[in-house]
Amino acid sequence: MKFRAKIVDGACLNHFTRVSNMIAKLAKTCTLRISPDKLNFILSDKVANGGVSMWCELEQENFFSEFQMEGVSAQNNEIYLELTSENLSRALKTAQNARSLKIKLTNKHFPCLTVSIELLSLSSSNRIVTHDIPVKVIPRKLWKDLQEPTVPEADVSIYLPALKTMKSVVEKMKNISNHLVNCKILNLQIIEANLNGELNLKIETELVCITTHFKDLGNPPLASENTSQDGNSEQMAEVQIDIRKLLQFLAGQQVNPTKATCNIVSNKIVHFDLLHEDASLQYFIPALS
Amino acid sequence: MKCLVTGGNVKVLGKAVHSLSRIGDELYLEPLEDGLSLRTVNSSRSAYACFLFAPLFFQQYQAATPGQDPLRCKILMKSFLSVFRSLAMLEKTVEKCCISLSGRSSRLVVQLHCRYGVRKTHNLSFQDCESLQAVFDPALCPHVLRAPARVLGEAVLPFPPALAEVTLGIGRGRRVILRSYQEEEADSTAKAMVTEMSIGEEDFQQLQAQEGVAITFCLKEFRGLLSFAESANLSLSVYFDAPGRPAIFAIEDTLLDGHFVLATLSEPDPHSQDLRSSELQRPAPQLQAHSTPHLDDFAADDIDSYMIAMETTVGSEASRALPSDSLSPGLQALCSPGPDSEEEEDDTEPSTVPGTPPPKKFRSLFFGSILAPTHSPQGPSPVLAEDSEGEG
Repeated sequence: MKFRAKIVDGACLNHFTRVSNMIAKLAKTCTLRISPDKLNFILSDKVANGGVSMWCELEQENFFSEFQMEGVSAQNNEIYLELTSENLSRALKTAQNARSLKIKLTNKHFPCLTVSIELLSLSSSNRIVTHDIPVKVIPRKLWKDLQEPTVPEADVSIYLPALKTMKSVVEKMKNISNHLVNCKILNLQIIEANLNGELNLKIETELVCITTHFKDLGNPPLASENTSQDGNSEQMAEVQIDIRKLLQFLAGQQVNPTKATCNIVSNKIVHFDLLHEDASLQYFIPALS
Repeated sequence: MKCLVTGGNVKVLGKAVHSLSRIGDELYLEPLEDGLSLRTVNSSRSAYACFLFAPLFFQQYQAATPGQDPLRCKILMKSFLSVFRSLAMLEKTVEKCCISLSGRSSRLVVQLHCRYGVRKTHNLSFQDCESLQAVFDPALCPHVLRAPARVLGEAVLPFPPALAEVTLGIGRGRRVILRSYQEEEADSTAKAMVTEMSIGEEDFQQLQAQEGVAITFCLKEFRGLLSFAESANLSLSVYFDAPGRPAIFAIEDTLLDGHFVLATLSEPDPHSQDLRSSELQRPAPQLQAHSTPHLDDFAADDIDSYMIAMETTVGSEASRALPSDSLSPGLQALCSPGPDSEEEEDDTEPSTVPGTPPPKKFRSLFFGSILAPTHSPQGPSPVLAEDSEGEG
């Protein structure tokens, strides 16, 4: 099992840093999947923890000038590592004006992802910062739990408004939404949308009900065709989720994606699909029953 | 005692108080003939700091009322710090600062003369005290390292703020290496990220230490002195000896000098040893080749040496599947006692047994004379008072 890669381009380094910052905001620990042409950051939470899952995909060519890997075997040419995502983002933070960055899978008393950064300095000297991020190599029999989630057949698929706007709305709703029902704190956020380009964010408590309406968002063509025979495009598909999970997802987005879609399976799950220039992110939040 | 600080020096004084406040809860103020000394020591007595402001630093300096012995006092760091809390405010509004200490009023009076005729007076209660004096002598330390504070400041930047200790050492090719120190044994479950900074010799003004030496000390106190030295644009010298012996961090200027004495970990822990071994356990040819700066050549890396020897199909847990002795034998012999070397040598501390949390071995040995005979008004030993200027 071998892996090493190198980034020399400053823009690529910035993008990679941004992705790792986003991952750190979305997941405390995550799985890094390394395959010959892709890197994936994967989160698949236990149901007890809310059951959120994440699948982030980068084409390695878009980032790395050199990329070598050798998986477990020729048939299974992949490596799965579990790491604390904050470690990676902290390591990359020191690479802000680096000449080059190398990532290697190493063994220093325990398996590590070693990030080695050659810093630019004004003098002729060179400085090197090395971070050894402890990782756990995930055995092959657990790989099956870490495969790309299948996108569920959505009832409604809709483009999202600017994520910043959404975030500030949800942030304010969150303060009101956590209320006690039968001695249990609920943090319910209702998301509903229809095929008429309308999306509503709702919270309901005993005292107040707040809805924010977004209009003319547009629906991706595929989803509209599939369900158009049902006739009523005004029909809302609704899902109730944990508002904290939604907020965490929105807070993790520092850059507006080129395309952001939300797929709702009524009362089951909401699936966010974000397309960035050189990375894609899928985020699944299951419904609260 | 009466002294008057004006202009930008007020901020310098404030900065010094800020760095002292990182160490101790009490501030020892001692007016001496060769300047005003501010000192502190931490509660475990493993860190001592002193600043000496030469009489030239002040617009007016009088150590004692003529005909009287100079007074010494001990005040709460918190209350003295509150006078200088906001450095931005000091810089913007304070024109001069007057500090006076008189036996009659039993108060240390700090007056800030601000713009628009505003005058802030702080009356601080104090305690009489003995002279606080650590015993140290930079000249006795065999290893010296000196660099602009900015270089060292940038070097500690990658380390997380929460990190307690850092190991400083000289690595292969006489590169100066800073590495985060980990308390846990390697086999504990929660492993932290290890960060290492490697700086070329050419960034240092002086580097008098051979490859392989290393000490481990507290980062927080070091950062305190660094931030002062960086703001004053000074060079910082580190004098150190074997692990366990105190390290002296010094800055010197014509107007002031500062010395921080920090305990170092007495035990050559596995990690600092690792720093040495990984740097020194190279074949001789590489050591000789250090005339050409050795870059970590990506292409020349022997990828096999980084290979993770691991079978992921068997074993219930990855970490268990990793053979604990998969290190190269040469390294292992130095780093941790192998399974078959249970009989440790006499000089090996028992706490190196894997699984036993290593007790921290910071020492506070250097305060031997803290309870010196009551009558020692002559102040510091010649060592502390060493001054680049002599009589200022």
